[in-house]
Amino acid sequence: MTRTSLGVTTGRAARRLLSSAPALLGVLVFTFLLMRVLPGDPAVFFASGPNAGQAEIEAVRKQMGLDRPIPEQLLRYLGDVGTGQLGRSMTTGQPVVKDLRERLPASLELTFAALLIALTLSIPLGILAALKPGSAVDHGVRLLCSLGVCVPTFVSGLLLIYVFYYLLGYAPDPTGRLDVFAASPPGITGFLLIDFALTGDGEGWRAAAAQLVLPAITMALFVIAPLARITRASMLGVLGSDFIRTARSLGLSRTRIVGTYALRNAILPVLTIAGIVFSTMLGANVLVEKVFSWPGVASYALDALLSSDYAPVQGFVLLMAAIFVAVNLVVDLLYGLADPRVSIS
Amino acid sequence: MRALAATAPSRAMLGHLGWVLRRNPLTALASAGALALCLVALFSPWLTPYDPIASDVPIALQPPSAAHWAGTDQLGRDLLSRIIAATRLDLAIALSAVGLSFVVGAVIGSFCGYAGGRLDRAVGRLVDVLMAFPLFVLAMAMVAALGNRVENIVVATALINLPFYIRFARAEVNVRRDLGWVEAARAGGESHAAVVLRYLLPNILPAMAVQISLNLGWAILNAAGLSFIGLGVRPPTPEWGILVAEGARFITTGKWWLVAFPGLALMLSVLCFNLMGDGLRDILDPRQRT
Repeated sequence: MTRTSLGVTTGRAARRLLSSAPALLGVLVFTFLLMRVLPGDPAVFFASGPNAGQAEIEAVRKQMGLDRPIPEQLLRYLGDVGTGQLGRSMTTGQPVVKDLRERLPASLELTFAALLIALTLSIPLGILAALKPGSAVDHGVRLLCSLGVCVPTFVSGLLLIYVFYYLLGYAPDPTGRLDVFAASPPGITGFLLIDFALTGDGEGWRAAAAQLVLPAITMALFVIAPLARITRASMLGVLGSDFIRTARSLGLSRTRIVGTYALRNAILPVLTIAGIVFSTMLGANVLVEKVFSWPGVASYALDALLSSDYAPVQGFVLLMAAIFVAVNLVVDLLYGLADPRVSIS
Repeated sequence: MRALAATAPSRAMLGHLGWVLRRNPLTALASAGALALCLVALFSPWLTPYDPIASDVPIALQPPSAAHWAGTDQLGRDLLSRIIAATRLDLAIALSAVGLSFVVGAVIGSFCGYAGGRLDRAVGRLVDVLMAFPLFVLAMAMVAALGNRVENIVVATALINLPFYIRFARAEVNVRRDLGWVEAARAGGESHAAVVLRYLLPNILPAMAVQISLNLGWAILNAAGLSFIGLGVRPPTPEWGILVAEGARFITTGKWWLVAFPGLALMLSVLCFNLMGDGLRDILDPRQRT
């Protein structure tokens, strides 16, 4: 990449970031207002106990700033967010930023693993289907895709547990990221697989991987369909184009045509969909986290939501929206790398 | 004269529909399945072999048998009856949620696409904000904020569907607004509102029907997911997501039927609506076939 095209790319990235600022602000304000409608009074919850006096509740309310008018609370909240403070969770008693930082690696590790499984399965499937449209393989892939999006993750997760834990006994007890008896690695990155690999603990690595496999497959099953479909559609389009016909007529080998020329051109829409899939998975994996008692950010937000604890939910939604923007940006930059024509326009 | 003009095309359309369905057996099958689901939902009180909420503890947690085709749950309730009884609630939630977001989204989107300008940009921004949310989380938060009631699941599911309808209707109207027949309607003295509601909206309906069918499946999954995590419908009301959640406690002890059969009901209904939507899209616009 030359110097000028790098400059163009950074300029485009900066513009993208700026243009997503209003959306992020909107998310912040909307969540703030939504949380203020939540039933239950946090001041009562936060006071010493159910029989706390009215005076004490008032004092807590004052201390939390809940006695101020809503617009003022909003401004204070925005100020706090600007300085990197997301408030304190009432249920864990810790700052939300700390809680999220502890739990985000669990969610990210699961989502990355799921996306990896989904991509390694769906791209070959999509290519196979595109090579022979209308064949048995094509119909098989189509059927698989149609079935995949119909099974809710909480059902497929539970059935996987039944088969691999109860019937076959291959999988470990489906609760959490590590066996209760296993020693956890020193928290270097928070990603168990990376931490175990860094400390050279092979047994620990296998234990963590064994816990990760079932939830990751559960999530992957649900997203194979959109990825395989877009791969097939995009491959079909590219395979029908003139330069592929030219490559064929020049006598290039089939693997070279498909693997190098066609795939490189067809991968762009797949990238976009993979980005969207990643952000939706991160937000929607609350169901998978719930089934496998996975200590991720989504289940943290759900617990907070059920006990009308504002700050963690707001922090979580903000985190998700920020990741959404970041992923879009990364996809955009990858797009520029994969197809230099994009960055010029 | 008017009556004749109205019946003639409808008979032709029915004939065309029959021809189309014969050519697409899978779509026909899926449509039949969707129709069957609706019938089950309508007549569920007469179809259940047992009382769906009557417990019979001595026969608790029995695997499928001739007497109880889908087995019994932890209170000895007949699972098949509970699944059949749940059909009505699940379909009602999905249909009303999708209906609500379709009506609101189509009207807002059409007016934006027609008017353009500042209003269009403002609504576009709002839609962007909605889409930047993790949608399932937004639905969770809304149900928690508004209260654990069925109406609120409908509202929450409708809201997370809304941005797609607004975008879709906006785009479809936008490409049509300067076409000859629209200009003719305007020149004929129709008000802007009439042009949108009486000419443009009906014209984009077929394209939106595909969206509705595809969204129904998604809405069913969403509603079931919400009740699975304990938001929305509460036990002992039979609902597919709740049935799965109740069965989840027994999966590690091998009581598979409690999860498998409600899961199968969910899967089949979503499959029917999705295949129907896919088929409709292929029929309306064969180029988009993937």
